[in-house]
Amino acid sequence: MITGTLLTEKNLSAQRPILFRYALLQLRDSDLADDVVQETLLAALQSASSFEGKSELRTWLIGILKYKIADHWRRSARESTVSKFTLTDEDEGETEQDDFFMSSGHWNHGPKAWSDPEAALKQQEFWTIYETCQTNLPPKMAKVFMLRELVGLEAVEVCRETGLSEANYWVIMHRARLRLRECLEIHWFNTTKKEKHHA
Amino acid sequence: MRSCRDISALISQGLDKKLSLGERFAVWLHVMMCIRCRNFRTQSQFIRKAARHYTDNLQSRLDRKS
Repeated sequence: MITGTLLTEKNLSAQRPILFRYALLQLRDSDLADDVVQETLLAALQSASSFEGKSELRTWLIGILKYKIADHWRRSARESTVSKFTLTDEDEGETEQDDFFMSSGHWNHGPKAWSDPEAALKQQEFWTIYETCQTNLPPKMAKVFMLRELVGLEAVEVCRETGLSEANYWVIMHRARLRLRECLEIHWFNTTKKEKHHA
Repeated sequence: MRSCRDISALISQGLDKKLSLGERFAVWLHVMMCIRCRNFRTQSQFIRKAARHYTDNLQSRLDRKS
């Protein structure tokens, strides 16, 4: 059931950047990511007839991409490598308990002002810290955050990908931002005043 | 009066969807008086920007390694 407008090469290649970022984050190799995306788009064109206009084009493509990535892991006999995106965490997201806020709902360690965050973006050391902070998020939270902010999927697409309810999605993203913010503040923006703090 | 927990949750949601008029008003009113929530808003926006730079950086770092 092809709706001709949906499966043009132009429409497919418009999805390329998102597919590439998705593949890059999992494969950590840009040539490989390129290849896998190429294969995905080719497969999409070849199996155009199996695309039912019902599902979103991007969702359909990501489905193929995931298959291609899994295929790559199988071929390269690195099955033991657990991709970040397949991990889950039991806990995070549901409970109201955290130490960002007091029981009254007021900030516990509230966000302080950061001096010149723009300058940080240009510094190599900042990115090392950024990556560490991002990697230290609980696995599922990291996945949700990365699908939204790094890959660039819409919130609904992230929910579809991860099987989260919308309500849980908001809780997880809120918490991811709180954690990242705190981590960056402690390890980058506030390093002059060394304070003991839970990471 | 909504708490900082609620307001920061709304600020976070506002990055991913359009808030209702009432919600936007509540945030606006709150951040006028609350420097911490104001910082949270600025910093969440910054984190989004940083995340968007991240994959580009990752790519060039990976390319340099190989």
